[in-house]
Amino acid sequence: MQRLTTKQTSSAAVALILLIAFPLLTENSTAHHVMILFFMFAMMGVAWNIMGGYAGMFSFGQVAFFGIGAYTSSFLLITYQVNPWIGMIAGGLVAALVAAAIGYPCSNLRGHYFAIATIAFGEIVRTHFNNWKLVGGAEGLSLPMLDGGFRDFMFHSSKLPYYYIILAFLLIAIIVCYTISTTKMGYYFRAIKEGHDVARVLGINVAWYRLVAIMVSAFLTAMAGTFYAQYVLYIDPESVMLLSVSIQLVLICMLGGAGSVMGPVIGAAILIPLSEVTRIWLGHKGTGIDMLIYGFLITLISVYQPKGVWGLISAIGKGKG
Amino acid sequence: MPEQLLQQIVNGLLIGFMYALIAIGLTMIWGVMNIVNFAHGDFLMLGMFTSFWLYTLYGLDPLFSIPICTALLFVVGLLIYRFIVSKVMRGPMLAQLVVTFGVSIFIANLAVYLWTPDFRLISKPLLSGTWEIGSILLSIPKTVASIGSIVTSFFLFLFLKKTKTGKAILATEMDREAALLMGINTERINSLSFGMGAALVGIAGAFLSMYYYIYPQVGGLFSLIAFVVVALGGFGSIEGAFIAGILVGLVQTLGGFFFDPSYKYAIVFLIYLVTVWIRPQGLLGW
Amino acid sequence: MSSAHCLEIQGVTKRFGGLYANDDISFVVDEREIVSVIGPNGAGKSTLFNCITGFYPATSGRILFYGKDITRRRADSICAMGIARTFQIVQVISDMTVLENVMTGALLRNGRIRRATAKAEEVLEFTGLIEKKRFLGPELTIADKKKLEVSMALATGPRVLMLDESMAGLTPVELRGMIDLIKGIREKGMTLIVVEHVMEAVMEISDRVVVLNSGKKIMEGPPAAVVSNAEVIQAYLGEKYHAAVGQ
Repeated sequence: MQRLTTKQTSSAAVALILLIAFPLLTENSTAHHVMILFFMFAMMGVAWNIMGGYAGMFSFGQVAFFGIGAYTSSFLLITYQVNPWIGMIAGGLVAALVAAAIGYPCSNLRGHYFAIATIAFGEIVRTHFNNWKLVGGAEGLSLPMLDGGFRDFMFHSSKLPYYYIILAFLLIAIIVCYTISTTKMGYYFRAIKEGHDVARVLGINVAWYRLVAIMVSAFLTAMAGTFYAQYVLYIDPESVMLLSVSIQLVLICMLGGAGSVMGPVIGAAILIPLSEVTRIWLGHKGTGIDMLIYGFLITLISVYQPKGVWGLISAIGKGKG
Repeated sequence: MPEQLLQQIVNGLLIGFMYALIAIGLTMIWGVMNIVNFAHGDFLMLGMFTSFWLYTLYGLDPLFSIPICTALLFVVGLLIYRFIVSKVMRGPMLAQLVVTFGVSIFIANLAVYLWTPDFRLISKPLLSGTWEIGSILLSIPKTVASIGSIVTSFFLFLFLKKTKTGKAILATEMDREAALLMGINTERINSLSFGMGAALVGIAGAFLSMYYYIYPQVGGLFSLIAFVVVALGGFGSIEGAFIAGILVGLVQTLGGFFFDPSYKYAIVFLIYLVTVWIRPQGLLGW
Repeated sequence: MSSAHCLEIQGVTKRFGGLYANDDISFVVDEREIVSVIGPNGAGKSTLFNCITGFYPATSGRILFYGKDITRRRADSICAMGIARTFQIVQVISDMTVLENVMTGALLRNGRIRRATAKAEEVLEFTGLIEKKRFLGPELTIADKKKLEVSMALATGPRVLMLDESMAGLTPVELRGMIDLIKGIREKGMTLIVVEHVMEAVMEISDRVVVLNSGKKIMEGPPAAVVSNAEVIQAYLGEKYHAAVGQ
């Protein structure tokens, strides 16, 4: 992965300025909400990419970490009045530990077997949380109304602070991913993705690096979970641990281009507004048309452009250069 | 107490035979093409709906729609392979994983669109009710389905071991390149296997429709269970899938009986994880 | 003899169920030697490589590297200690350029990207692939892919390089290039163990030859002695080159 060119850096700066200015230019609350979701999914996509697109471990159970993050910080807040920011770090650590515990025995699994293991993992976690009275079981947890303000990680009057916080999180995730991809770890991840043998023969401790990838990915995803809890103020297994969210994440990364830092961001930029729009226009009648189009798109992308939009852009870029 | 246990075991077996039937199609596809058919449960759903509509519109009992379901799903499987799956066989792993997901979402929601998400039931099938053997209750449709599962698996087994095409399929499963070198048209074998895999689960759908609720999203859970069964039995092994199906059925009912019923599926998933950790090739796989 | 041999294989046995892929194999390799391991297909050559380099655990026996026991070590650990290898079926990283591939190897002992890049370019100059450094793995010819694999192994800074059938499928010109490369590697102070079928190469580069058949070592010695040995010739029954040897 090359370091950014000046052209890329300046385009990124421009995009960033636009994104920062955006909420000040429009009062539309729905637009804010869609953008917040976009940033959140983009962030989770970048996190997914670290273990998936780079290290070759395609997780279809990522939502479990999202849920663990949301539940850890919320539970700590409700029961012990722990500050949500600290709860967020705690949630990240719990998620990372769980990831390590599951990831280690699965070290040798590849491809399809790994994918199904992640689904199994996600579903086990969801079932458990559905039945765990301590965290509310199927009823979930309602967050208490704090005073509001940055310290409480809760804002009552406007969505704007949430907007900027999740944008900052997204930037953090991007920086982490970019740093990984331009240093030794990134090269080692990509070798592991190619094959365990070729990695080991170059002296790479495959099990260790896989663990690192999974743990970093889990931590970041859990951060998004805490954010979500603080944003909607209510969580339950059906909203923060659904398999379909995991799948949506995979699709975002695939559409945008797995294996590139910005791929998931592009993918989220396309899919999140699209799914929100189709849900609002077409989905409310329960006809399933929105998902129909979704499924169709996914099949189409897998067949014709598996490298995603980023793959297209790079190809065009190479053609010009 | 032992009677309750015995009943649970019987239930587990009856469920297990159905899981076995569903799984053998999946393991065949997996073994031959090394591709996970995430849409497998949705093929099951199509089989169930075919049976349902034949019953509702033409009064045809599910027992007699089995041949139609089989043929229809065979064609569906062939077409999906030919026009969609075959194109990603040489592509990146992620594409192979995602494409059948896309097909799955498409089929499930097409069903929602065409037939609404409502739950349906076949109200008066030919086979219904229960047999009583001592104090053990045997659901008649489930028992007949189990017999159907055994018979189907047996014939599949014969087909694979005794016919030329069947042996070609086994050869491709074992070593794709060697099969190619021996002049086997592996592309044709792929289509055939995919079609057969779908057909087999179509049979399961017809049987299942005799006693289970029919609705568009029914495929999801069965897909996941089928994965567990296939993994446990060994990817590509028909015998393995059969035995594993029965085992999973038993684990489900006994797990629910001894622990908490709401954990019964979680226990099944746990089995998958434990299996691939300890013995990645499954019980009978290679 | 105070200094330890570079590599000592002591009674290495590898069993798969009832099959003895390697049966009590012993030999030593000294520093800066080029030792070739030959034998008919199925003799156990690649299995032996896998045991030495930690890809399979040996069933019994010992492997010593400069006196240190490496028998139970993991593959990546053995590479870090200084034994690098290539594979029979060329393994390169397909969505990386030639340079990036070699950098990945160089990162083992040169953790910073800049230094790894410099080291990688140095290796590519040595192996003659520097002109193609921006090519993608799959775009290379088979000969260049093999050179790339060797480059990747060299970039890890080994003391011993083990090559598994690196001459297979090469044209005479490419073969000459590979032979010269191997000699150049020895010039740099490395030790080489080579599995080979191409006998012209074996004759030219080897200091010693070890012959395996059906899992057992049946002979070792200088190339000329080995290829004219009756038992060796019989093991290779039907191979046409045995008639040319001894002329």
